[in-house]
Amino acid sequence: MFEYCTDPKLIEGFQWWSCYLSNGKHLNFYFSFLVVLSLLALTVPFILLFGFTGALARRASFTPLRWFGTIYTSMVRGVPDIIFFLFVPIAMDQGIEVIRHKIKCSDWSESIRQGNDFVVCTAAKMPLSSSPQWVHETYGFMLATIAFAIVFGAFAANTIHGALGAVPKGQLETGAAFGMSPRQIFHRIHLPQMWVYALPGLSNLWMILIKASPLLFLLGVEDIVYWARELGGSKTARFAYPHGDWRLGYFLFLLVFYLFLTWASEKFFDRLMHRLSRGQNTAASMA
Amino acid sequence: MSCFDTLTSYGLRSIGIGERLLPKSDFTLCDQVVLIGSGMIWNVYFAVLALSLGFFFAVSLALGRNSDNALFRIPAHAFIFVIRGSPLFIQFFLIYEAFVLIPKMGWDINLGFIEITVETKWLTKAWLGALITLFLNTAGYTANIFYGALQSIPKGDIEAALAIGMSKRQIFWRISFPTMLRLAWPSYTNEAIFLFHATALVFFSSFPAWRQKGDSLYYASYFADKTFNPFVPYPIIAVYFISFTLLIILLFGYVNRRLNRHVASNT
Repeated sequence: MFEYCTDPKLIEGFQWWSCYLSNGKHLNFYFSFLVVLSLLALTVPFILLFGFTGALARRASFTPLRWFGTIYTSMVRGVPDIIFFLFVPIAMDQGIEVIRHKIKCSDWSESIRQGNDFVVCTAAKMPLSSSPQWVHETYGFMLATIAFAIVFGAFAANTIHGALGAVPKGQLETGAAFGMSPRQIFHRIHLPQMWVYALPGLSNLWMILIKASPLLFLLGVEDIVYWARELGGSKTARFAYPHGDWRLGYFLFLLVFYLFLTWASEKFFDRLMHRLSRGQNTAASMA
Repeated sequence: MSCFDTLTSYGLRSIGIGERLLPKSDFTLCDQVVLIGSGMIWNVYFAVLALSLGFFFAVSLALGRNSDNALFRIPAHAFIFVIRGSPLFIQFFLIYEAFVLIPKMGWDINLGFIEITVETKWLTKAWLGALITLFLNTAGYTANIFYGALQSIPKGDIEAALAIGMSKRQIFWRISFPTMLRLAWPSYTNEAIFLFHATALVFFSSFPAWRQKGDSLYYASYFADKTFNPFVPYPIIAVYFISFTLLIILLFGYVNRRLNRHVASNT
């Protein structure tokens, strides 16, 4: 980064630190913060989509659909999220490969599961083994995003289902009395009023989502936990910047990062709640 | 090997009793059910101890947070903020690294008349180190729930107690504490479920499993790695977790009914 960094063995103090903290691996470390933040940002629309679908399925008049919605929203209450994070990516990966295998290698006679092996033809590999490294990384990141969206979508569906039920009946009846169609009532009255009831639950969900993001590490994504362990581990004199076991320091830094993230989110949601409560007949709007 | 043999040789494998080698190939459904079930012993151990010990610490924290004395209020508030604001996953790593740095040989504490050595090597082992982490974590979350409940105790109840001349101590034990528990119980049930689910992180992510003695997720991922088939071990562990979650809901529901038995029901 700086000119004096060419030989780190010769410098010390502030110069050493400035070189150490700006070397290539540390730039990767800083970049991984963006990876985590982009995962958070990317999953939110999917979570809301899954949440709405789940909530509407639970309210559906078609019985099997309602069962599906109920099972989907209750399963996350009984099973730890980490199990979904482990299960969903590998299950999806295998599912995609089986489908591609069926299409591309229909002349393949052997079965896919041979004892303890999972064998598909080379053309069905996802991504192809010949594709560059970044394709593999993006694919892994995408599977992780979907796993997060499925789990947190179920949580969101619970919240949205509750919020849809919390809108005062009188409001909907007034709409009906005006001769609005069910679709109009839903779009003009039910949905806009639902948000203020859903927001406390959704903001809580956002906090849980932030705090689940280091689990990306377990999914093989090179996130902040990966780099903190990598950089913090003790480095012998063979390395350019030898030091002892600094993992505690790096993890303290991650702790501060997360504390700041949750603190800032809390402030943001407080303001949003205040705004949304305007004109609503709830305790928050009276303050 | 019949399923009964599997049960006797692997039923207590997670705590080091029985066959030493894990099955290496030809995994039967029975192998997977028994070993993952054996790992559940650890999940239950962590959940029961962390919850029952954490409860008392949480009550003290909530009272500290609610106190007029800044000396209690500020540390309690700070502790709750740090625990609730950071991921449990990071807390596990942080505490593990901190415990590793503590001298392995133990500390000599000189009490003047006698010198005692505190054993610290157990801290890096999951049964104690992870338990401490889970204990602190649940105490932080529960304290926040209890604090919220303390804040929403009806003022009239306290005033009525003052009016008939109860002492502060009496008011706490007869009015505030029972009301706090009653109001907090539904949220506390949720926290208990979350903590139980969090026990799955212990061996899998932070504290190394010694001699392959791990919890249910440790064995489930072992099978998933060995067989390349996630569709058997993960549903098994899911069924275990769902059953224990239902058990928690049942137990806490019973307590909830007892706490509320004097309240007129509106159904």
